[in-house]
Amino acid sequence: MAAESGKIDPMHQFEVTPLGGGFNLGGHEILFTNSALWMVVAAIALGIFMWGGMRRQLIPGRWQAAVEGFTGFISSMMMANIGTEGRKYTPYVFSLFMFILFCNLLGMLPLGVLGLHPFTVTSHIAITGVLALISFAIVLVVGFWRHGLHFFSLFVPHGTPLPMIPIIAPIEFVSFMVRPFSLGLRLFVAMTAGHVLLKVLSGFVINGFNAETLWLGSIVSVLSFTLMIGISALELLVAGIQAYVFALLTSLYINDAVNLH
Amino acid sequence: MPQIAQLTADNWYLASQLFWLLVVFAGIYVVIGRGMLPKIEATVDARDRKVADDLAAAKAAHAAADALEESYRQQTEASRAAAQKAVADAKGKAARDAEKRLAKVDVELGEKLSLAEADIAAARKSAMAEIESVAVEAASDLVAKLSGAKVAAADAKAAVKAVLHG
Repeated sequence: MAAESGKIDPMHQFEVTPLGGGFNLGGHEILFTNSALWMVVAAIALGIFMWGGMRRQLIPGRWQAAVEGFTGFISSMMMANIGTEGRKYTPYVFSLFMFILFCNLLGMLPLGVLGLHPFTVTSHIAITGVLALISFAIVLVVGFWRHGLHFFSLFVPHGTPLPMIPIIAPIEFVSFMVRPFSLGLRLFVAMTAGHVLLKVLSGFVINGFNAETLWLGSIVSVLSFTLMIGISALELLVAGIQAYVFALLTSLYINDAVNLH
Repeated sequence: MPQIAQLTADNWYLASQLFWLLVVFAGIYVVIGRGMLPKIEATVDARDRKVADDLAAAKAAHAAADALEESYRQQTEASRAAAQKAVADAKGKAARDAEKRLAKVDVELGEKLSLAEADIAAARKSAMAEIESVAVEAASDLVAKLSGAKVAAADAKAAVKAVLHG
């Protein structure tokens, strides 16, 4: 790296590279990529984590208590936002929350030290967008299935004066249609921005120590490294918060569909 | 930016991304969301129910203990009241007995006293009579010795009576 200082590409970490195992599906070639690998790793890690909570003891051990903390967190959120009917949707929201959380956290692992390239699955809008679209589709299906065409009254908030309806309804409609984009974009942007920032700062650290005026470069490196420690901690927080926000907004949107007004 | 680039039409990995995402997420949903989560929630629910039941049982036992204590208290109070009544009865009876005996003794003493008073009165009367006769004799002797005159017994008696009785 020393020879090519200044050429550290902060976007390189988002590159998808094929790892083999290609087959054809409906005219598209499906390859097993590093992105797919990290999804599978997240799924396996999540499976192991959940398996540790399956001992079903009356008095939980540490691991079981941790798993039950997560499940209780999501089910109480569903209960608070939707009510008893929310239990039906808990498996989906829990899967969503845990998958996003594990992908976020696994992407933060300092595996670069071991020469591996961690890949943050949730830093791709294609992934977060699809997850957001699944949530949006659930809202639409549940809404129209439960309320029929009456679901359109979602665009007229309760107590709107009659003359205001022609103005309010389009605004509500647009805000409703923007939901999947904002939902997917928020997670994608938060993850991408954090990882780019960390990569840029780590580039400063490397380039600083390779600088020709070493004393100045060292100061830059040390300062950047200190900043990186703080930002890494912040990114761990963001990883949890973004997963929570995604699950929370999904539960709120499902609530709109379940309890119309 | 690879994330945006994959959304363009001719990109080799968009299909792979979506395929693997759907496979992995469906797997997580089925195995973890539908398989493991309900079991863990059932465990939590069972524990919550057990805690609630135990608390209810403890509350019931507490109430039973309170009732038992109350009945003990009432029993104790009743027996104490009975004991106090018995003591009061015994005291009253003893007081009445003592009064009765005292009254009897009083009467006896009164009788004795009046008898003794009658005796004293009689003794006094006889003593007074004796004193009178002695005084009459002494007075007639004194008169005889002093003047040599003989006084009739009846006169002396009258004079003595006059002096004694004023």
